[in-house]
Amino acid sequence: MGLEEYKGVFVYAQQVDNQLSNISFELIGEGKRLAKDLDTDVTAVLIGSDVKGLADELAAYGADKVIVVDDPELKNYRTEPYAHALASVINEYKPDIMLVGATAIGRDLGPTVSARVATGLTADCTSLEIGDFPLNPIPGQEQKHKQLLMTRPAFGGNTIATIACPDNRPQMATVRPGVMQKLDKVEGAKAEIIEFNPGFTPNNKYVEILEISKAVSGIKDIMDAKILVSGGRGVGSPENFKILEDLAEVLGGQVSCSRAVVDSGWKPKELQVGQTGKTVRPNVYFAIGISGAIQHVAGMEESDIIVAINKDEDAPIFDVADYGVVGDLNKIVPALTEAIKAELAAK
Amino acid sequence: MKVIVCVKQVPDTKGGVQFNPDGTLNRAAMLTIMNPDDKAGLEAALRLKDEYGAEVTVLTMGLPKAEDVLREAMAMGADKGILVTDRVLGGADTWATSTTIAGAIRNLEYDLIITGRQAIDGDTAQVGPQIAEHLGLPVISYAQEIKIDGDSVVVKRLYDDGYHMLKAKMPCLITALSELNAPRYMTPGGIFDALQADITVWGRANLVDVDDSNLGLKGSPTKIAKASDKVRKGSGEKVNLDAEESVSYIVGKLKDKHVI
Repeated sequence: MGLEEYKGVFVYAQQVDNQLSNISFELIGEGKRLAKDLDTDVTAVLIGSDVKGLADELAAYGADKVIVVDDPELKNYRTEPYAHALASVINEYKPDIMLVGATAIGRDLGPTVSARVATGLTADCTSLEIGDFPLNPIPGQEQKHKQLLMTRPAFGGNTIATIACPDNRPQMATVRPGVMQKLDKVEGAKAEIIEFNPGFTPNNKYVEILEISKAVSGIKDIMDAKILVSGGRGVGSPENFKILEDLAEVLGGQVSCSRAVVDSGWKPKELQVGQTGKTVRPNVYFAIGISGAIQHVAGMEESDIIVAINKDEDAPIFDVADYGVVGDLNKIVPALTEAIKAELAAK
Repeated sequence: MKVIVCVKQVPDTKGGVQFNPDGTLNRAAMLTIMNPDDKAGLEAALRLKDEYGAEVTVLTMGLPKAEDVLREAMAMGADKGILVTDRVLGGADTWATSTTIAGAIRNLEYDLIITGRQAIDGDTAQVGPQIAEHLGLPVISYAQEIKIDGDSVVVKRLYDDGYHMLKAKMPCLITALSELNAPRYMTPGGIFDALQADITVWGRANLVDVDDSNLGLKGSPTKIAKASDKVRKGSGEKVNLDAEESVSYIVGKLKDKHVI
């Protein structure tokens, strides 16, 4: 079949417990931008049990169409019924582009579906553009236009690569959460709803869910914080994070941390910034006692202002900090908290 | 019980990253290691060997020097090592890589296949689930705990907001997180034996049910349009003052930027 038969930008609308994940709206926002260049529209693929009611919310964030695959087998995420649902949608509706969030769900669903529909998949993209492949004409090779160019970090964030999928459709990418912009919500917007059910017959690939455990921490998502006070191994102990919490409190911010802190069991994984944690872009990011391994930097370098405090003047964190302070965090941080308190009180 | 562990030899990007004077990555100066998630997968397999007498085969695809990671795995306690290497396999993306590894695994008997969740060079997390798809197996990714229950595995599968306990009938494929365990060290006797051990080397001809058009660079649906060393945000100011002056400095900057 010709590649030109594949049309439209599709995004996987991830929901958990019948609540749409933020990444779903981010993908619609990015999808709309791409669709404009391709003169096409954006279709959200909504998969779950009793999820049809979520379609309006997808429309409010810009989806033109919503394909709903609704089946009791899809109550909780499991690789097989979800992969069957998404692969069947792709085979039936033939999108040109298929975007999936690079979440713990999307990074399982994406590879399985891409292998099933025999196309390429680019992981964890941080930028998408429509353009030519090859970028510049090469004699003897056809230059294809209106291709999806997918940019992603590799080698632990040391290099970036731009990848195309010129000969297979759909062009599939998983997209890192927190990077793309969602559109402003338009209440009352409506999308065309298409119901589709490919049929679900359990087989050996259907795993059994024995138990579901939610982290009931009540911790606010660090990806939403405007100010993050982030601590690393240099903080020294879980107790000593108190001085970071005090600083965060006077600034109305939140505490986050590096991987070393999570690995030591000082803080829960959901507070971890970095390649294997979360990507954050607050207005101010304090990196306190964080050496700045490349994996950490990959998760915070887009912050507007980066303030680093570290006693090691050669720490790589100073290479990305706007304001670097070489010194003892135990002396500086508590005094900084008091000084900011005094400043705010004087206003 | 037979367990296959897929491992990858990767440059050590953690801590040991080296740059050339022009700011590009100095790959030649970087050490290679067994990918950390894969090593956790290997440790999980070795624990099944300790507990149930499982036979553990390690398999890697790569350049001939990737033999080193197989010997390391055998020095830790793996029983067999298989290296899949061939010029025609070079430049493979995750689709072509998973096709190749699945083609190699079709030669073997197994109850369980364990891969790492992702490799620290590519960070894609795609090859494990894609191998499962090619072989028609159930896949459980992001495993934080693995237990055997009769003819099934029970796995703690991590999500962004918690975990699921999942049960799958064997044969199946599991992708392991490095948080799964602390891998054991090689033993001196193990190192000695591993140096003497025979490594099985397979090439294109040994791959079962695989079409040439799905291998290597040519068989890769994704193509690199451009690769560059990351242009890092330039460093800003750095001061080395006493504590009191440091505080004034930071407060001054926060005021300048209207943060406070």
